[in-house]
Amino acid sequence: MDVLNALVAIANYVLIPGIAYGSQLALGALGVTLIYGILRFSNFAHGDTMAFGAMVTILFTWWFQSMGIHLGPLPTALLALPFGIAGTALLLLGTDRIVYRFYRAKRAAPVILVIVSMGVMFIMNGLVRFIIGPNEQRFADGARFIIKAREFKDMTGLREGLAIRTSQGITVLTAVIVVALLFWFLMRTRTGKSMRAYSDNEDLALLSGINPERVVTYTWLIVAALATVAGVLYGLDKSFKPFTYFQLLLPIFASAVVGGLGNPLGAIAGGFVVAFSEVTITYAWKKVLVYLLPDSLEPTGLVQLLSTDYKFAVSFGLLIVVLLFRPTGLFKGKAL
Amino acid sequence: MITIEGLHKHFGGFHAVDGASMKISEGSITGLIGPNGAGKTTLFNVIAGVLRPTAGRVFMKGEDITGLPPHDLFHKGVLRTFQIAHEFSSMSVRENLMMVPGNQSGETLWNTWFGRARIAQEEAELLKKADQVLEFLTIDHLKDEKAGNLSGGQKKLLELGRTMMVDAKIVFLDEVGAGVNRTLLNTIADAILRLNKERGYTFVVIEHDMDFIGRLCDPVICMAEGKVLAEGTLDEIKANELVIEAYLGTGLKNKVIEETGA
Repeated sequence: MDVLNALVAIANYVLIPGIAYGSQLALGALGVTLIYGILRFSNFAHGDTMAFGAMVTILFTWWFQSMGIHLGPLPTALLALPFGIAGTALLLLGTDRIVYRFYRAKRAAPVILVIVSMGVMFIMNGLVRFIIGPNEQRFADGARFIIKAREFKDMTGLREGLAIRTSQGITVLTAVIVVALLFWFLMRTRTGKSMRAYSDNEDLALLSGINPERVVTYTWLIVAALATVAGVLYGLDKSFKPFTYFQLLLPIFASAVVGGLGNPLGAIAGGFVVAFSEVTITYAWKKVLVYLLPDSLEPTGLVQLLSTDYKFAVSFGLLIVVLLFRPTGLFKGKAL
Repeated sequence: MITIEGLHKHFGGFHAVDGASMKISEGSITGLIGPNGAGKTTLFNVIAGVLRPTAGRVFMKGEDITGLPPHDLFHKGVLRTFQIAHEFSSMSVRENLMMVPGNQSGETLWNTWFGRARIAQEEAELLKKADQVLEFLTIDHLKDEKAGNLSGGQKKLLELGRTMMVDAKIVFLDEVGAGVNRTLLNTIADAILRLNKERGYTFVVIEHDMDFIGRLCDPVICMAEGKVLAEGTLDEIKANELVIEAYLGTGLKNKVIEETGA
């Protein structure tokens, strides 16, 4: 029995990646949930919005890198992030002006808006591939690790190493800051309150003199920021490939639904539930069990419940279970 | 104050409002009665900009306000309450009231970051006002309660309180007394009278309680099947054959006949 090494292995392979991935999903799901709560439709284009935001940020990052601007140990992408957000905000406001406003004026049913958002998704998808190409892009620079596995081993004398990548640290830190800002904004400011009021009871909000177009504009601005931050963090942590972002739509929607659509707290909780389910189910537990079990019981296989190729099945499974047994999600969201 | 000319609202083949015309004079408390499905609430919805009329015009002091969106009408001083009380359920009672006055400086993203002093001052004033309104409506002990937890009658009071947060010109009350007990109903009637006298609000009241109508309203308009059936004082309306036929019923007709000895 070697509990200490087992714990370090769990932290290294499950806990840290889970927290980082969970933060990214939470940020994505927050965007989806805000659109669902305030604009009242499921935005299928959210994954590609994230891709667009990441793409603009990458283009600016490359430009900064070519000019020799660096942030030292931090990735240059952080410097390019505000430009990415601005670009995405322009795209979303433009889309709203050209596409969604038309349907809003007609008071179109949410189902129609969902289909419309699928159209928008394909266009954004094409736009991103057209500009940056369908291939994988790398844009992370600066220091790669906060703690390296070998340093950790030397420090503690344990056999198992613990590595924390810079991108993971930045992901968690940024997510905490963004979420804190968002909640302060929604709960404390008048603008945030009018957004909540509009989400809570649209008729009453209108009759209270709240300008719907303004609420809609601010929602898109916030969504642009959330989507870009989520996209860039994911890209820094893993890598940027347009198709991956399209696939991210599923775990993101699963997070939002698991937490309760329209409920920001739920989106965060849902993000971590989905991320940890995915990581724990696809992790090969052999290493941990070897430390914990006596030699005679040592597993011969990998003790991996699902191959990583099937990780999206986890989101699907969760989605179905939640929709069957608790359609409003963990935190009370709007029933689908 | 408000002139409605030949208003039609059709839902497919169903004519909810079918050529209603009426004038609502400034400073009056007009009662709107009629059987269920007479088109009273639809009429409200059309005036308040929730629904677009199929035909017809609505004028306010000579200005055409047909089909303006609700939030624009709000800024012109046209307010309404709902038949089934609406509230922002996740906010406190006080916050509900403080939501009302539109165009607060805190509503722009710029001021959220850079105009904090002005917002704080504005909010302090609103807070004072909200507390006064709550005291007036005798629900000040509920100010920190979530609005979603209020009882039906209390929500009705909150609806009325909302109209007191701004200087409204005309308020449309949709069955403000429905499901409210006698004492509370009196509180509501008092509040309406006071607002009418002290602040010059014009009211249009949909109500089924004839005592309530009798106490507050002059004139009374009776609608049936989307049309205006009769207009006059409550006594005139009560004696009107058409109204009795369509709404009040023959039970009351007999009573009126007994009373008048006819």
